[in-house]
Amino acid sequence: MLNLPVYLDHNATTPCDPRVVEAMIPYFTQSFGNAASRNHPFGWQAEEAVDYAREQVAKLIGADPKEIIFTSGATEGDNLGIKGVFEMYASKGNHIITCNIEHKAVLDTCKHIEREGGGVTYLNVKPNGLIDLQELEAAIKPTTILIAIMYANNEIGTIMPVREISAIARKHGVLFFTDGVQAVGKIPVDVNKDGIDIMAFTAHKMYGPKGVGALYVRRKNPRVKVTAQIDGGGHERGMRSGTLNVPGIVGFGKACEICMQEMESDTARIIKLRDKLEQALLKVEESYLNGDKEQRLPHVSNISFKYVEGEGLLMGFNKNIALSSGSACTSASLEPSYVLKALGLGDDLAHSSLRFGLGRYTTEEQIDFTIEQVAGTVNKLREMSPLWEMFKEGIDLDTVQWAHH
Amino acid sequence: MAYSEKVIDHYQNPKNVGTLDKSKNSVGTGLVGAPECGDVMRLQIEVDEATGIIKDAKFKTFGCGSAIASSSLATEWLKGKSVDEAVKIDNMTIVEELNLPPVKIHCSVLAEDAIKAAINDYRKKNGLEELQFEDSVVH
Repeated sequence: MLNLPVYLDHNATTPCDPRVVEAMIPYFTQSFGNAASRNHPFGWQAEEAVDYAREQVAKLIGADPKEIIFTSGATEGDNLGIKGVFEMYASKGNHIITCNIEHKAVLDTCKHIEREGGGVTYLNVKPNGLIDLQELEAAIKPTTILIAIMYANNEIGTIMPVREISAIARKHGVLFFTDGVQAVGKIPVDVNKDGIDIMAFTAHKMYGPKGVGALYVRRKNPRVKVTAQIDGGGHERGMRSGTLNVPGIVGFGKACEICMQEMESDTARIIKLRDKLEQALLKVEESYLNGDKEQRLPHVSNISFKYVEGEGLLMGFNKNIALSSGSACTSASLEPSYVLKALGLGDDLAHSSLRFGLGRYTTEEQIDFTIEQVAGTVNKLREMSPLWEMFKEGIDLDTVQWAHH
Repeated sequence: MAYSEKVIDHYQNPKNVGTLDKSKNSVGTGLVGAPECGDVMRLQIEVDEATGIIKDAKFKTFGCGSAIASSSLATEWLKGKSVDEAVKIDNMTIVEELNLPPVKIHCSVLAEDAIKAAINDYRKKNGLEELQFEDSVVH
């Protein structure tokens, strides 16, 4: 049976797994204590629940529970990880290397660091969305303290060569931070095998609640420290003050446990659906896959449908299908996705892109429906697209003199 | 952002999608916008040579729902008007009719520009002086 509306925006957020919600509920009304209250059972219960969740979270990424700092989410984790290293290691240097398809939480944090007098190198990515390792190594200076490269990209789903990056970082005695938001819970991430020193991730991208995340901070080989960005009661080993969000953390822990148990079966099912969707939509004339086909998350597909505009395309089915587009027709700048532009896509292709993010509850019926709706709308809009007509007449659109707005 | 019902209706049932024969002297064509900006509108008018009345109008648009609706509405308004009346169509009346939010006002500006460009193309073909317009303010 076809379940409507279809949700295919799992890179933006995921629904809470009902098992997660169930685990959280007692911590709102019964075991509501402050995990920092050391002198009564309410506090003890809360602390015990947080400790258990910390183990669940740590286990998913192969870390020690002591290496998990709970945060409000990945934006905070990105800020704490990057600014915290910049401040803590100021005596060693002030240079950071990142890349131009990072999430805004990383890019804007790096901009902040530049205003603070730090130096930041923004590596360009190759047309497949991956960084060039030689360029990375060449960018390292004596003052470099941190390499901040995402694990997987939120728009195109490409997975960076994390182990190669960490090997380069190790070789030069530079710390490696990664924004693991899109990868953790979806693909195996192991902080030791992957050589990660610091990693931000969040619950709501893996069927947990919003408003809770974690920063992994390595304690051995090397022992990493970050300067707190929020001062207060010295919670989380002094790295992140603030009363712990106990129900959120419990839910996060449960979400991690479920991801760990079900990752293999979820992935096997989702990748089949993703490939079915992708193969069908790439049969539409003048459609192109964005980002590396192989080095990619199993649930993501980003496709440009040339000669139709993304937002107009979404409007054809957004009552029934939730998707996002690389077009930014609503933004004041009218600039399309900077990620797609960084791949070298022209603005026209960037404006014409759709991002499909499948998830735990996506069904085959929903995928069949999506294929039919998207392909149908593309064809309908092309019938009313002057660009499609010109393309069909053999006019090279690059030679047309456009009245620029 | 939610679209108004009128925008949705024009998007789902666009009026006057198509192409007129641009080799005819009675047909004026305006092509405005650019693919990089995510909006391209082509608007055409066919003028009855005896009466000076626009007897047909067609459009094709690459763009968001508001751009499609703005051009669809423009073609409806153009039909039956004289060329002189058509010049007076103001983008703000399109904004009001379609209830466009501020971020979509540029779609209506584009439609107004397309009308003017089509009229000037028609005038040029028929040996008339091209009209001078002030640059649209909202871009």
